[in-house]
Amino acid sequence: MKKLLATLSIAALALLPQVAGAQTYPERTITMVVPFSAGGPTDTVARLVAEAMSRELGQQIIVENVGGAGGTVGAARVAQAAPDGYTLLLHHIGMATSATLYRKLPYNPLESFEYAGLVTEVPMTIIARPDFPADDLQGLIAYLKEHKDDVTYANAGIGAASHLCGMLFMSEIETQLTTVPYQGTGPAMTDLLGGQVDVMCDQTTNTTSQIQAGAVKAYAVTSPERLEQLPDLPTAAEGGLASMQFGIWHGLYAPKGTDPAIMERLSQALKVALKDKNVVERFAALATKPEPEENATPQALKAKLESEIARWKPLIEAAGVYAD
Amino acid sequence: MDLISNLSLGLSIALQPHNLAFCFVGCLLGTLVGVLPGIGPTATIAMLLPITLGLDPSTSLIMLAGIYYGAQYGGSTTAILINLPGESSSAVTAIDGYQMAKRGRAGIALAAAALGSFFAGTVATVVLALFAPPLAKAALKFGSPEYFSLMVLGLVCAIALAHGSILKATAMIIVGLLFGLVGADLYSGAQRFTFGIPELSDELNFVSVAVGVFGIAEILRNLQNETDRDVMVKKVTGLWPTREDFRRMAGPVVRGTALGSILGVLPGGGAILAAFASYTVEKRISRRPQEFGKGAIEGVAGPESANNAGAQTSFIPMLTLGIPANPVMALMIGAMIIQGIVPGPNVVNQNPELFWGIIASMWAGNLMLVLLNLPLIGLWVRLLTIPYYLLFPAIMAFAAIGIYSINSNPYDLYTLTLFGALGYALVRFGCEPAPLLLGFVLGPMLEEHLRRAMIISRGDPTVFLTRPISAVLLVIAAIVLAVVLMPSVRRKREEVFVEED
Repeated sequence: MKKLLATLSIAALALLPQVAGAQTYPERTITMVVPFSAGGPTDTVARLVAEAMSRELGQQIIVENVGGAGGTVGAARVAQAAPDGYTLLLHHIGMATSATLYRKLPYNPLESFEYAGLVTEVPMTIIARPDFPADDLQGLIAYLKEHKDDVTYANAGIGAASHLCGMLFMSEIETQLTTVPYQGTGPAMTDLLGGQVDVMCDQTTNTTSQIQAGAVKAYAVTSPERLEQLPDLPTAAEGGLASMQFGIWHGLYAPKGTDPAIMERLSQALKVALKDKNVVERFAALATKPEPEENATPQALKAKLESEIARWKPLIEAAGVYAD
Repeated sequence: MDLISNLSLGLSIALQPHNLAFCFVGCLLGTLVGVLPGIGPTATIAMLLPITLGLDPSTSLIMLAGIYYGAQYGGSTTAILINLPGESSSAVTAIDGYQMAKRGRAGIALAAAALGSFFAGTVATVVLALFAPPLAKAALKFGSPEYFSLMVLGLVCAIALAHGSILKATAMIIVGLLFGLVGADLYSGAQRFTFGIPELSDELNFVSVAVGVFGIAEILRNLQNETDRDVMVKKVTGLWPTREDFRRMAGPVVRGTALGSILGVLPGGGAILAAFASYTVEKRISRRPQEFGKGAIEGVAGPESANNAGAQTSFIPMLTLGIPANPVMALMIGAMIIQGIVPGPNVVNQNPELFWGIIASMWAGNLMLVLLNLPLIGLWVRLLTIPYYLLFPAIMAFAAIGIYSINSNPYDLYTLTLFGALGYALVRFGCEPAPLLLGFVLGPMLEEHLRRAMIISRGDPTVFLTRPISAVLLVIAAIVLAVVLMPSVRRKREEVFVEED
């Protein structure tokens, strides 16, 4: 009996640091890895959220940009990091699409991570060069079907939001357009403004100011409801493409094996950050909204990831374009 | 007068004491990171982004802009003193600047770079104030066919960069082109020369390549034999340019400024291209082409002015269209978004204080930089007297830290090592690294634009001739090629180089 007690107490002692770690977490600076370069839309989302979460957690969160290979380099780095809650990953929809776009991945999106919660879902807008003939979504679709050999669709490279949106759009309207890839959204937008290419579908983060200025023609937004910032822009559903609902959702992850108590604490801090005045305002400037409280949970993120992997797999396989 | 009221609005913002102070902090930081090899403005601005959250938008952008053009000044310092381009666009400055330093003319080279940059910065600021919107519109006319033809012209001119055999220069350009292929193909996603390493799928890092072939290779070369360890020239003949130097600088500075102002506006063209172009032009029209590569002051003044003007006018597409011309501008856009300002065509109207404040601050910043840099020349030159056993390890360490900080990617360091070794081998074989670097920069762009132009034109190659801007560029390229290959010029060229050897 004595022996058993001793063993138990040793076991308890051994467990103690871990328990204490979870209870007093966080005790030092946390690193939030963004798998894209600094200054981009995902980086901006991460920095705003990190700043608000820092205040809630009482420890600084440093954003580290680990770009490369469509976000998979940064995700792999976090998958291999120590599961102590001090290395986090803020990734977007690419977490789900990379599962199919990359036939060899150094991690498994569904098995290498713990989940904190969903952050925001940035809507997409379908836009065209300023002098494009069509005036509304129906007109656009009719025009594209009729002139499908002459119209060019710009995207920001394989796996980019604009690539995914184009894939979905072309599959919805059952028309293949000539795709013109670019090295990022900047050059793609430049050529769209200059009339070198015809159509693009990209995040509001990149398009809202151009639409407001009338520098491009806009046809639809892929969110369920119209945007406050672009009240005249109909939703895709209003324009007759009900299934064209799609956004660049962002989630917060940690390496597999991170203490559930820490994940709970992170999810709770995320909930507070998503109600932060500064975050709400800045997100609004990007024409997006923080996720409601019930989505800033591990369960919601896991469910989203699973359903999105299932959604994009057949689309990507049908297009037959892989990133490796 | 709109312009005057706009500029006075800008000045009233830029000259507020706290804005001046942050402008100074930015310029100082920029100079420092420019001087430290490898650590460029991109890494610095990324690290400072969180700090700007607490500042108001104009102030933070004024500071970040100061870092950017401050780095253009600082980058030339190490390029001249130790053949280490601290900033990608000063790679060209290293060619003749370092040769000047070896001849004891480091102070003069530094002064030429600073004064040229100041002139270029001032002119580019005026260009920005007067013509930003129309220039941005004109830049939109540049589609893929135009870029392709511009790159062809650039590559043809690159041959003129070499001061040895044309064969070797061409070989170096091709080697550079091949290294430029490393990474995932933009159009198909196919991996090229990546050996299954995901970190290599986004191309080799330009700064790693440049610091490797120039700086590391130079260090290795200096260590190769005990008696020849003369990198750091002890005798320094004068810090200030003579009247003759000023006379030789004037033309290159003006032409470099013009080239830089134009090429800087093109998204994706940028300061590096402008510096290469300026060097080529100066060498072509110089009456002493044999001095290029041996310490010609024109080869420092021209490219330095060009890269500084280009750095400044690359703000045009960012401020007027919301489009980043280079990674630093992408960061600026991120900084604006964090501040709640969405960059786009409306910034000029909705945030005039921001737009004109930044422009006015650039002029103030350039003045600060020249005042900051000229007195420092004496100090920098004294750096040359640091013994090599302290200097070399320090350079290596700074270069490694700086390069790693860009993308936290260990493969950037492997690239640095590889290109250091390669650069040393090239020096031993009498091949020059500059054409390699140009091929490395232009190759991927050439391919990208060629293929895009062909996709958009549906495989019709005449598009390069039917679009007027593209046709003109190709004709110029053909003329340059003809001139280079013309027997009489060739003979003269060879004579010049025979004389040198």
